[in-house]
Amino acid sequence: MKKTLMVLLTFGLLASACGDDDSVESELSDGGSVTLMTHDSFVVSDTVLEAFTAETGISVELLQGGDAGAMVSEAILTRDTPLADVMFGIDNTFLQRGLDAELFEVYESGNLDGVSPELRIDNQHRVTPIDFGDVCVNYWIDALPEGAEAPTTLEDLTDPIYADQFVVMSPESSSPGLAFLLATVNGTDDWEQYWADLVANGVSVTAGWSDAYYGEFTAGGGDRSIVVSYASSPPAEVIFADPPVDTAPTGVLLDSCFRQIEFAGILAGTEHRAEAEALIDFMLTPMFQEDVPLNMFVFPALEAAALPAGFVEFVEIADDPQTIEPAVIEANRDAWVERWVEIVLG
Amino acid sequence: MNRLFGLSTRGVLVVVPAAFIVAFFLYPIATILWRGLGGGGGEIFLNLAASSRQRDIAWFTIWQAIASTLLTLAVGIPAASVVARLSARRQRLIRALVTVPFVLPTVVVAGAFTEVFAVAGLDDGAFRLRHTVWAVLIAHVFFNYAVVVRAVGSYWAGLDQRVEEAARVLGANSWQTFREVTLPRLQPAVTSAAAIVFLFSFTSFGVVLILGGPRRATIETEIYRQAVTRVDLETAAALAALQLLAVLALVILSTRLERHRPIVGRGARSSRRPATPAWCWGNLIIGLVLLGGPIGVLVERSFSTGGGYAFDHYEALGERARQLPAPATTALWNSVVFAVAATALAVLVGLLASLVVVHGRRGIARIFDLGLTLPLGTSAVTIGFGMLIALNEPPLDLRTNWWIIPIAHALVGVPFVVRTMVPVLRSIDPALHEAAAVLGASPVRARREIDVPIGMRGLLVGAGFAFAVSLGEFGATSFLPRRPENLTAPIALFRLLTTPGDLLRGQAMALSVVLMVLVATAVLVIESGRRDDEGVL
Repeated sequence: MKKTLMVLLTFGLLASACGDDDSVESELSDGGSVTLMTHDSFVVSDTVLEAFTAETGISVELLQGGDAGAMVSEAILTRDTPLADVMFGIDNTFLQRGLDAELFEVYESGNLDGVSPELRIDNQHRVTPIDFGDVCVNYWIDALPEGAEAPTTLEDLTDPIYADQFVVMSPESSSPGLAFLLATVNGTDDWEQYWADLVANGVSVTAGWSDAYYGEFTAGGGDRSIVVSYASSPPAEVIFADPPVDTAPTGVLLDSCFRQIEFAGILAGTEHRAEAEALIDFMLTPMFQEDVPLNMFVFPALEAAALPAGFVEFVEIADDPQTIEPAVIEANRDAWVERWVEIVLG
Repeated sequence: MNRLFGLSTRGVLVVVPAAFIVAFFLYPIATILWRGLGGGGGEIFLNLAASSRQRDIAWFTIWQAIASTLLTLAVGIPAASVVARLSARRQRLIRALVTVPFVLPTVVVAGAFTEVFAVAGLDDGAFRLRHTVWAVLIAHVFFNYAVVVRAVGSYWAGLDQRVEEAARVLGANSWQTFREVTLPRLQPAVTSAAAIVFLFSFTSFGVVLILGGPRRATIETEIYRQAVTRVDLETAAALAALQLLAVLALVILSTRLERHRPIVGRGARSSRRPATPAWCWGNLIIGLVLLGGPIGVLVERSFSTGGGYAFDHYEALGERARQLPAPATTALWNSVVFAVAATALAVLVGLLASLVVVHGRRGIARIFDLGLTLPLGTSAVTIGFGMLIALNEPPLDLRTNWWIIPIAHALVGVPFVVRTMVPVLRSIDPALHEAAAVLGASPVRARREIDVPIGMRGLLVGAGFAFAVSLGEFGATSFLPRRPENLTAPIALFRLLTTPGDLLRGQAMALSVVLMVLVATAVLVIESGRRDDEGVL
């Protein structure tokens, strides 16, 4: 027993050597360091961050803390002793929570001019728009019911020709599920009646995106051909196809797209204000912005940023997406979700 | 304890596990509950109690956990009886194989179950399982089968079969013998296993959400919804407190039930009768269908590529997918290193704590037993967020320290070590120590020669559990801010399944198969340290 314990402990100690290397990283650069807190979906090419460090001398440390909601909760809980200097990835459905908790310091980046005005929704510049991703209804082109055209409006989905074809996620447990509920609140005359019609037309509800897309949608072998997903799902279906394909097997219902804007903000109480500003400026440069689509499958906020080849061919971006102001979302979200539960699950 | 250990040893025994649990569990939990409920906690509680939705959720949480426990025992105890009769080598193999579900993220298992239901025609129509409570219960049996088979099976193997034989000679049939003779003697191990299964089902998250469908919620899923989806930390804290109280009450109840009795003469293996072929095959088939169905689906998918069956998805694990900050192989390596560290911690703390529980004064023993079991019944959100806000000042500013992840994993591993060790240690007949003393052995020597070999059995089973739990842990890890290079395999797997594309899904399946092989191998290696075949007497 002693031997086993010794072996385990030795392993444990060896393992600890792999960890905790703050000091090493900070010493590499002379321009200070900045810690960036993100959700788990954040990915950036190594070369991009290296270029930032080479240019400014500032090294970037990343921290990932679960999905966007978990990250915002963590930031609120650690507000007095922040873990990071900059947060990236809070979106317009959560934004008001973060603003109400006074998580951010005001900073107006000089690069903000290049961002289209409809993304710049915080006039006080507590947060800076970095990218957007649209939550849209997707359909599997070859799996639509016989004789049915691809749906083009939200109302189409209540047509009996699409009976038992549509799968959505519950807004109680899923972020795209909530976004789609918001799209219907904004995009239909009477959203409560609209959902009652969807229920009558055999809509199916799952807890999360994976369960819908891979469980019930055609992509995972399911028998439903219409699903709530993202505007960037068709290019992903091409890029990660097996065997390779030339055209996207899925299409997007542009009328259904709800725009999720992702923001970055300087966390209140930072001791690295200058470095944090530099990082936010950098996130709005073409170099960072053009790296975003193929890593995170969202669209750059900077209008000058080009969409990469292999992505741009398969993507359609709604000209007039569904949007609701963060403060309105915050004020009504609980009531809307509760009403949705009564109509759809009750 | 006085008889067996010196004063300073006793101090270490008590202080180490107590410090661990206070610093890394009780203090963080108290901090997060205080933060959430500090201003007007009573009112939040009243609101909770007044909400019929919350009452329904609490009731469903409890009854589904009880049903899951009973079902798992009903399927697991017969299997344990077969395992107990096998040769030591086969026992080890089976024990390693049944551990496999432990490392599978629920999102993967739920997907596999959905497919099994579809193949079996149970996804729709009269015998629909999908989005029913039955799907939840079956998945809980799938995950917890290992707990009963391993903990009860290895305990059973140590029982002296001569008592059963005597019963048979006296005219009892097999069922009577089992009910009147074997079951009462198995009770400590069964109660221990049942407590773990109950707590696991009580705090089950993904299974409830995905297989139960959007209409079902448990206290655990509700805490997540309030804390993460709604960012309402007050209600989440009130629910977390409620969960803690419920677990506390149920654990106290279970320790009351857990009477301990010494068992005369363990390990008389030579007289063990083999299981009848029908019994043996019956259990094998149940095990195969239960575990083999979903696992088979995963294996099939991991080899399935656009150009037929091939190793492509496995080869892809070495390259960084766009959705991951590091290659999946790096994530696997990280997970193994975390699991080794977590297991070392869990074994150290769990071993010392078990000795206190068994030999310590009753009051202390009971508090230890309780305190160390609680993390198993506490939501991952509570543990993760609690550590985040409590461990934020020197000397314990661990929030972004590498060790916080293995520590969080060990919190869940310790109860496994304690719950498998305690019944085994308690079963040691004091007569053995007396006999040793009469024969002139010092107390230390008696302990070394008697307790160590017997205790080793429980310790290694517990260590195997701790390793498997750490390797598969997702919840608490995801609520602790990590550096991207510390990516774990379950988190990588989850990430791969959040973007469309067959290549990514294939890679996720390959990654889960590698995790399964890894855990089975690791448990086999850990348990090969057991000295089953050495006679204890």
